Amino acid sequence: MNTQLLRPATAVPLLIFAALAAVPFVAGALEQPFWISLFARIVIYAIAASALNLALGYGGLVSFGHALFLGLGSYAVALPAFHGIDSGWMHLAACLAVCGVGALLVGVISLRTSGMAFIMITLAFAQMGYFLLVSLKQYGGDDGLAVAATSRFGPLDLGSPLALYGTAWVVLVLVTWWMARLRLAPFGMALRAARQNARRVNAIGLQARRLQLVAFVISGTLCGVAGLLLANLNAYASPSSLAWTISGELIVMVVLGGMGTVFGPLIGALVFMGLEEVFKGLTEHWMIIFGPLIVLMALVGRRGIVGLLESASAAKRTKLEVDKDANTDPNANDVPARSVGEA
Amino acid sequence: MSATLLLAQLLNGLQYGVLLFLLAAGLTLVFGIMSFVNLAHGSLYMLGAYAAAIGYGASGSFVLAIVAGMAAALVVGLVLEVSIVSRLYRRDHLDHVLATFGLVMFFNELVRLVWGPQPLFVEVPQVLAGTVDLFGFTYPSYRFAIIVAGLLVAVASHLLIQKTRVGMLIRAGAQNPQLVGALGVNIGLLNAMLFGVGAMLAGLAGAMAGPVLSVQSGMGEPVLITTLVVIVIGGIGSVNGALYAALIVGVVDTLGRVYLPMLIRLVAERSIADAAGPALASMSIYLLMAVVLALRPQGLFPARRG
Repeated sequence: MNTQLLRPATAVPLLIFAALAAVPFVAGALEQPFWISLFARIVIYAIAASALNLALGYGGLVSFGHALFLGLGSYAVALPAFHGIDSGWMHLAACLAVCGVGALLVGVISLRTSGMAFIMITLAFAQMGYFLLVSLKQYGGDDGLAVAATSRFGPLDLGSPLALYGTAWVVLVLVTWWMARLRLAPFGMALRAARQNARRVNAIGLQARRLQLVAFVISGTLCGVAGLLLANLNAYASPSSLAWTISGELIVMVVLGGMGTVFGPLIGALVFMGLEEVFKGLTEHWMIIFGPLIVLMALVGRRGIVGLLESASAAKRTKLEVDKDANTDPNANDVPARSVGEA
Repeated sequence: MSATLLLAQLLNGLQYGVLLFLLAAGLTLVFGIMSFVNLAHGSLYMLGAYAAAIGYGASGSFVLAIVAGMAAALVVGLVLEVSIVSRLYRRDHLDHVLATFGLVMFFNELVRLVWGPQPLFVEVPQVLAGTVDLFGFTYPSYRFAIIVAGLLVAVASHLLIQKTRVGMLIRAGAQNPQLVGALGVNIGLLNAMLFGVGAMLAGLAGAMAGPVLSVQSGMGEPVLITTLVVIVIGGIGSVNGALYAALIVGVVDTLGRVYLPMLIRLVAERSIADAAGPALASMSIYLLMAVVLALRPQGLFPARRG
């Protein structure tokens, strides 16, 4: 176990968690309150990317519409708050209910298809949600809706940046821990098997599509929780959080970090948003640098940063000729198979 | 009065549908043969619109503007095919989505960098500025010209695909690309050509849409997403399906925006109707797609596959 903790693919993320926990103290000491909101955004997107990773990485479901759940989660805060409800529990209940039911509906219809059609349909559902919210003129429509009252969980008010950051950090740790457990649990094993070969999974008596649907619903609901936090951070909910580019960015984060790995989404979110800040500092037209980088990433292949760390540690081990440990993590070479069931 | 409104809206829907078809045709063919998902198709449409707008401003001839739009999209499309797209054919859809997503970000920002965030306005050419008389009913000539041009392209592509040797190869490639390659046909070249033609049609759509819509950065994405809906409804890989579905989507969307709020007002109170009408109208094509998929996941007019 000790040696496992020392492997780069595990040690680096644990260091990141520790560093993220230190952010409020450092920001307080250096009097840079901007850092807290910047890193809160990173942590929240890491939660959303981890959620997407359950569907995309573990399940092989290329959802191009996860911004839908991010947006629904935001509006689950803004709409009740607009009507004077500031109880965080009510916001959370609304968020879980709306995103859960939404993900179930989207999943049931989208999972009837696979491959390219699945990508397009999830995208279309997110657009549908986008246009729905844009057309709700009484709730701000295009301009979005300011969060009139932030979520209060008893004495904990997510309106304060520190409380929000702490909550987001705890949620991220819990989600990451859950995803690590889920990955090796029977459900996670069956789900990953269904990604590689749905027919075999069906043949041994499991139902691949049902597993995928459950994964999609959990994934969407968790993404909604990230949306809830995001609305509290920005004190604002806007249809633009459902924009299709957000869905694309979430996919980029997951792939950049390492699809189907436990810590990949966290690292991906950190690197993506870190680079975004750096490029934004260089030029207003930062996307002109970022776009080609994404193209390059797609061309080079997609083991992601965690994949690189794993091969680095594997290379080191071969060098040391520690043969008794030759049987490395069986998941290290877990390269996603082509999506199955294509026409 | 009501009948003329209906006719006008039907023609508007037809005009929108024809534009969608121009985009859908190229997209669905490339998908049919190489299973490639091209989100950057909307960027080619945008580049076509910009090239046409600038060509029109420089030359004053609308014909030259259309040629400029098509040529720009063709060149950029071919460069993309050779440099990036052809390397990705054998990968899975996620890589296609990622690479073309990066391209969309790049092109949108490039356009913003070069021409600024303000939309360009393109005037309707003098010849087509008036109205046409259709059995006592008047309709703007320019929009009518779009319908005619689009239907001509549809007929031409039908003839190309059904009656020529190249068309035969395209149909064969859509059914079984490996076998066509094994028979000695250069399937890579065939696909590069198709990609180029698709890009050119997208450029044509952009050039023609210029005077009707505003030409600006990001104009490609809403229409691209609607085009994806068209392809899914029509059946992926089928050009005929793309035509029918484009016309259905164009008409449903246009009529939905006009008539759905009115219909809801008949059954619900005004305040509810005013809120729900536009919401439902903007969602109508997505609802249509969801219904189609729930009943026929392979689309309404699927391509036959071997």
